[in-house]
Amino acid sequence: MSATQEIEFRDAIRDAMSEEMRRDKRVMLIGEEVAEYNGAYKVSRGMLDEFGPRRIIDTPISESGFAGMAIGAAMLGLRPVVEFMSWSFSLVAADPILNNAPKMLFMSGGQFGCPIVFRGNDGAGGQLGSTHSWSVEGLFSNVPGIKIVIPSTPADAKGLMKTAIRDDDPVFFLESERLLGMKGEVPVGEDVLVKFGQACVRREGTDCTIASWGRPVHFCMEAAEALAKEGISCEVLDLRTIRPLDIGAIERSVRKTSNLVIVDQSWSFGSPGSEVAAQIHQRCFDDLDNHVHRVHAEDVPAPYAFNLEQEYLPNTRKICEAVRSATYNA
Amino acid sequence: MATPTTDGKSTHDVHGGLPIPRRAANRPVPGAELLRGWYRELVLIREFEIRCMQAYQDKKIGGFCHVYIGQEAVAVGCVAALKPQDPLVTAYRDHGHALARGMTARACMAEMFGRVDGCAKGKGGSMHMFDREHNLFGGHGIVGAQTPLGAGLAFATKYEDEVLNNGKSSRVTLCFLGDGALNQGAFHEALNLAGLMNLPVIFVVENNGYSMGTSIHRGTTQSHDLSSKALGYGIDSAVIDGMNLLEVYHGMKDVVEKCRRESRPAFVDMRCYRYKGHSMSDPRKYRTRDEEELWEQGDPIGIFEKFILDQGAITPDQIKALQKEVKAEVRDAVDFADNSPVPPMSDLYHDVYREPWGRYTGTSEPRMYGGALNPPTFRATREGDGLI
Repeated sequence: MSATQEIEFRDAIRDAMSEEMRRDKRVMLIGEEVAEYNGAYKVSRGMLDEFGPRRIIDTPISESGFAGMAIGAAMLGLRPVVEFMSWSFSLVAADPILNNAPKMLFMSGGQFGCPIVFRGNDGAGGQLGSTHSWSVEGLFSNVPGIKIVIPSTPADAKGLMKTAIRDDDPVFFLESERLLGMKGEVPVGEDVLVKFGQACVRREGTDCTIASWGRPVHFCMEAAEALAKEGISCEVLDLRTIRPLDIGAIERSVRKTSNLVIVDQSWSFGSPGSEVAAQIHQRCFDDLDNHVHRVHAEDVPAPYAFNLEQEYLPNTRKICEAVRSATYNA
Repeated sequence: MATPTTDGKSTHDVHGGLPIPRRAANRPVPGAELLRGWYRELVLIREFEIRCMQAYQDKKIGGFCHVYIGQEAVAVGCVAALKPQDPLVTAYRDHGHALARGMTARACMAEMFGRVDGCAKGKGGSMHMFDREHNLFGGHGIVGAQTPLGAGLAFATKYEDEVLNNGKSSRVTLCFLGDGALNQGAFHEALNLAGLMNLPVIFVVENNGYSMGTSIHRGTTQSHDLSSKALGYGIDSAVIDGMNLLEVYHGMKDVVEKCRRESRPAFVDMRCYRYKGHSMSDPRKYRTRDEEELWEQGDPIGIFEKFILDQGAITPDQIKALQKEVKAEVRDAVDFADNSPVPPMSDLYHDVYREPWGRYTGTSEPRMYGGALNPPTFRATREGDGLI
């Protein structure tokens, strides 16, 4: 067991970036307010002081420009980490991040790769309204050539970020504003990495598998706790990465529990949740006691009002209802 | 000369721009061998494109195909002003740049044909010519998308030279774009960033007067003086006659040297004309035959041929021999492409990821979704199976 220390989610990301920047001078951080402002969400706090303005680079509000620029730099051999203050803003950079980065290796016949990390806040913050509350995994998981990482704990955030920076392919790293202040035990040390494509069992159970990723994992844990009091034993799986997707772990769990509820904060139509459901129906057809149940954001734009936003998002109540329905305890 | 149109512009007044400065007259003439080499490149690109058009008609080439006929002097002159280690990135009308940069006609034609010996193994096509050996970073299909990439290449060379090697920025990046890209947001963002960050990148606008069928006057403000676009971003600019190879060479030489010396971006309004349509399906109804004929009188190959003959750098017999040699080279490229195998089906699944599972995964034989038909990694789903 390596030593751990209790730090915030945001500092775990910062430590991962700083350690990798010390290890490899080709790594640099670029984005809006990352340097002199110390990060819009204080994720890059202190990094300008340590690494200087040549490697911690402030940009104007110009996502299409700096995302494309970082991709060009990655083609030549740098390893940029690009901060989107919010993944909602990445939509104006859709062409570089979806049309350049994931296709460069393929359309150049393997000549030019794109070792780059795009990171930032994903999912609803707190009453940010319709345009700032995107869960982009719903859109971007459709695109081959990228890897998508969605950590739910500080320890995973650090370990997965380090893997992302060392990875030779484009990685979309989706953080949650609502988790940045969360504290947790994080391994100390440069070489504690979390592999991509390995789900983590957050809670063992026998009656129903709940598979999720990112912030909703915490709602799943609350739901599992509540359902245990009703006599329903839930196994909570945290997938941690969507591409690659550890479908084997879900499959093994479903063979044990015979039920699956997927909790995905993106919209349901054509989503990671619908992909997992299709895969599990195909792979575990004879093992399932019920069809796969899904809890998503409601199929409407994100609302502003507090009560509406709570109802819009996957929440503990909705997860409990889905599990009861799946296990015939409704 | 030309017939005036109702708006008072003559039909050949494609750019309607300010006068183009002349530079070559006061410069020493490059050596005869260099001149002959450039002439050969011009002829090679022209012949290559003619053959591409034929192969397209024969359905040997699919998809979109944008030929470079009329603009040959731009690619040849610009590349001549660069060093081999200077990165180059361009848009979709890219065959000329690839050949000028040193890609073989065989590799280029095989790519057009979608064959395994193409520069990108047949996976890129006409619009996506890549050549790592010759520092050609594509061939990009979305108008303007390559302009931030060009800024990024310049960012990276500067970072390598200054941050990684504690030296001085030594390379410049050449980023080609068409006049249509002037109206894309990506272009403006790239210029702003390049200006802010002092990036050694040269944005060369191959201003052929038309973005597809829309004349520059219909699509772009300040079309008579594109330097105003760069001025807004604090970037110096030059206007160069893109139909005259010597003007391109000398003009670009100045721009490149300044960019390299000062590590500052530059902008070039390269006035030129494409003789053929935007793509193979373009009937060119948006311009007059008179206009085309006037520009054909100023054919960049004809101009340069006359110049080197006048200089005594080449004889008429040498020209004939050279043309014959180039025709044979391109014919060979077509035969080579035709005989090159189509890519194996397994190539469909390669080059999607460098390391599908990340460097640190120890899982054996994992699968990414989409690889299910790939025989080496196909396995039935059983307990213990890995990833999709």
